[in-house]
Amino acid sequence: MSNKEWPLWEVFIRSKQGLNHKHVGSLRAADATLALENARDVYTRRSEGISIWVVESNYIHASDPSDADSFFEPSDTKVYRHPTFYEVPDGVKHM
Amino acid sequence: MKNEALYNYVLHMGDDSLVLGQRLGEWCGHGPILEEDIAMTNISLDLIGQAMSLLDYAAEIERQGKDHDALAYLRFENQYRNVLLVEQPNGDFADTMMRQFLFDAFRKPLYEKLTASSDAQIAAIAEKSLKETRYHLKHTSEWIIRLGDGTDESHDRAQKALDNLWRYTNELFYETEEAKSLVMAGIVPPMSEIKILWKQTVEAVFTEATLVIPTNNWQFEGGRRGVHSEHLGYLLAELQYMQRAYPNMKW
Repeated sequence: MSNKEWPLWEVFIRSKQGLNHKHVGSLRAADATLALENARDVYTRRSEGISIWVVESNYIHASDPSDADSFFEPSDTKVYRHPTFYEVPDGVKHM
Repeated sequence: MKNEALYNYVLHMGDDSLVLGQRLGEWCGHGPILEEDIAMTNISLDLIGQAMSLLDYAAEIERQGKDHDALAYLRFENQYRNVLLVEQPNGDFADTMMRQFLFDAFRKPLYEKLTASSDAQIAAIAEKSLKETRYHLKHTSEWIIRLGDGTDESHDRAQKALDNLWRYTNELFYETEEAKSLVMAGIVPPMSEIKILWKQTVEAVFTEATLVIPTNNWQFEGGRRGVHSEHLGYLLAELQYMQRAYPNMKW
């Protein structure tokens, strides 16, 4: 009996109204086909989705939480990056 | 009864689904991994849902004022018409997948043909069940291929399961004399047609899975006539316990 663990996969699901796939969780599976089937069985039992992506977790490169200061904080003080300094003409709708 | 042939046909399909659904449900909480535990119980619930539709329709044809519960819970062992294959014990994961695969490969073409049934109710049940069954077959085919063409141990176990269960496959195509009248009426397809389609599926999957179909042609049958293996009684004891102990109880 071998005790080798199957790789971990991250699951992304697009709901009926949703425009993009959202991360919903992870699971283990031997390969991509079974990962998709497992995702279907585990995460879409209650009609949660119409499309599934699975990505082997190994292939996800994440930012390091300890870098958060240098990564994200500088943008907090740069209000000019938001396009809020324009006068919106009266005739413009749907803004 | 006016249409006994139709009653028996719908009943035997309902019994196949019910008994296999109950068997598969025994894996609940015992699956090899959480994901597969859920997959198997999903399939189990699909089968029990199909059994409800089929047994309800059987009760409607029978006109004795029964419903699916009365047919599922209050018959004796020899009144069940399921094939012997579906009552076989779960064994290991390979045994369960093999049993399920052999059955799904049979049910899919059967439902496909039944969607064109001249009986509107049967056509509607087939239409709904076909979508579920297509997925079941896909899932079990993937597993048979991976178990057969996997490690030495998984291959041996899958081959052992096939050697054991092959003897129960011919009964799937058992056709009674009265069922032939349904074939004539365009209500159900001839089993000879289903067998050809079934064989194509299983041969293709076993080839890919590097599994060998046994050459021993000895086949069991009896379930369709109500003659069952000793395993069914235990299964029914568990299935029927609540209704027998507390008649008419509802959840």
